[in-house]
Amino acid sequence: MKKLTLKGVATEAKLLLIGIPLLIWTLIPVYHLFLFSISTKDSATSGHLWPVHPTLQNFEFVLWQKHFYLNYFWIQMWNSVFIAVSVGFLTLLISTFAAFAISRLKVRGGRTVLNLALFTYFIPAAFLAVPMYKTMSQYGLLDNQWALILAMITIASPYSIWVLKQASDKLPLELDEAARMDGATPMQLFWMVYLPLMVPSLVAVGTYSLLLAWNEYLYAFLLLSKENTFTVGVALGNFLSADDSPWELLMTTGLIYALPPAAIYYTFKRYMVSGLTAGAVKS
Amino acid sequence: MSAQALTQPISRKSTTTQWEFWGRLLVVPYLLIFFIFVLYPVGYGLWLARHPDSYVRLIEDPIFYRTVVNTLVFLIVGINLKMLIALMLSGFFVQKRWWINVLSLLFILPWALPSIPTILSVRFMLNPEWGVINTQIFQLTGLDGPNWLNDPVLGLSLAMLMHIWKSLPFWTLILVAARLSIPGEQYEAASVDGATEWQKFKFITWPSMKTIYLTSTILSMIWTLGDFNSVYLLTGGGPADMTHVLATLGIRYLRLDQIDLAMASIVVAMPFVLPLVFFMMKRLSK
Repeated sequence: MKKLTLKGVATEAKLLLIGIPLLIWTLIPVYHLFLFSISTKDSATSGHLWPVHPTLQNFEFVLWQKHFYLNYFWIQMWNSVFIAVSVGFLTLLISTFAAFAISRLKVRGGRTVLNLALFTYFIPAAFLAVPMYKTMSQYGLLDNQWALILAMITIASPYSIWVLKQASDKLPLELDEAARMDGATPMQLFWMVYLPLMVPSLVAVGTYSLLLAWNEYLYAFLLLSKENTFTVGVALGNFLSADDSPWELLMTTGLIYALPPAAIYYTFKRYMVSGLTAGAVKS
Repeated sequence: MSAQALTQPISRKSTTTQWEFWGRLLVVPYLLIFFIFVLYPVGYGLWLARHPDSYVRLIEDPIFYRTVVNTLVFLIVGINLKMLIALMLSGFFVQKRWWINVLSLLFILPWALPSIPTILSVRFMLNPEWGVINTQIFQLTGLDGPNWLNDPVLGLSLAMLMHIWKSLPFWTLILVAARLSIPGEQYEAASVDGATEWQKFKFITWPSMKTIYLTSTILSMIWTLGDFNSVYLLTGGGPADMTHVLATLGIRYLRLDQIDLAMASIVVAMPFVLPLVFFMMKRLSK
């Protein structure tokens, strides 16, 4: 057991002096979101710090689509799910293929492909959005969910390739040699040796791209403009344009929309943190 | 022996081609994505921004000058402040306490959650009439609080704070990982020699972290140029288009169907962005 000393107490006090403000700073916007969602409109806008008469009425309004702003709530929820899952799956597929070809098959020009991906990784998202919007309209994809799916794959795959390439470089080279000696084809090596060993990084990359797509606002609001095709995020943004918006319903919808990514993040946190910090900035 | 020597080169050649074939085939999906959704759009966008006239109109737009100043303030003040806090917090989060572990789980929330609900939540808090902040100020002091988002300086500062709130956890995480990779014996040896905390930081922590700190700062600057949400969802660029940054200005022109101005506003940032990108590419592809 540690002895209680004056110096020890001072250290703990200093840590708490950082920890408590940090906790408050982090949670205030989230708490306010929650507070709004369990308050009536009058209570929410009268500036109470605690719920006066907590109610689940807002959730009922949202989940049963009882307001004309929410007519498409479940369709939009489905759109968000469909887009996020498609982006997660396709990004995983495309970037695993590329990382395997570059890192294990040592394809000629692999270095160049990696550099192209890295370059894309460094284009600020809002800058690419402008020409992307224009070309999506040329391709005739505006208002088609595939426009958003393809755009998000474009944004998510460079980083995914980078992380997967780093991870697969760490697998021992003898594995490939042994497989070659046994006469394995490249695809057998891929499915039977490579994929099982890469599972932690694949989970990290899959989760990363899924969350990226679910949370995206800018591309979603540029590329999709019909109430029945866009995502919950865009629907929330559209509340802003009206003065008479039901704020308490907007905040409730926002809270519901924020729950799945939080749940997914905490479920796969172990993989996310190691995978992403390893790849993000090479020391 | 001799038979093996005869067959080996042939079989190796055939496997090499098979492996090369699959290697090429497997990079094709990504290359298609790159050519169709990066190279062509970027090339087409640059072609749209080819007329010098677009740049003249851009510079004559009164919003533009303010936007450039805002963007520079955002990057220089906002990012450096964020990275400095992240550096200090990384020292806090490596302390071994059960409650710091719990706190670190909650601390990551802003990064994992989508921007739009949380930023709108802050936007409502700041509403001058019924937002919780001004209502509290009125209840406590009897005075009217400031009209937060209707003041360009306050508005931009709050957008920067919003950005810091959202991305501080990520960079803290990166710097915590960097701190954890410093061998503990170095600190123990320093303690034996009677080094102060500041000396430990100056002679052990900082020398092993400064490269990653610099890289993170540069990467964050590049990405923050593309941060549309923190400004757009909080202030919408207002009041009177005075809180725009380049990211929101480009989208504003795009929405007004002035694509050449939108592209020009991006091209003018290139002399600043490209050296940073080049630096990062060199560092990461080593």
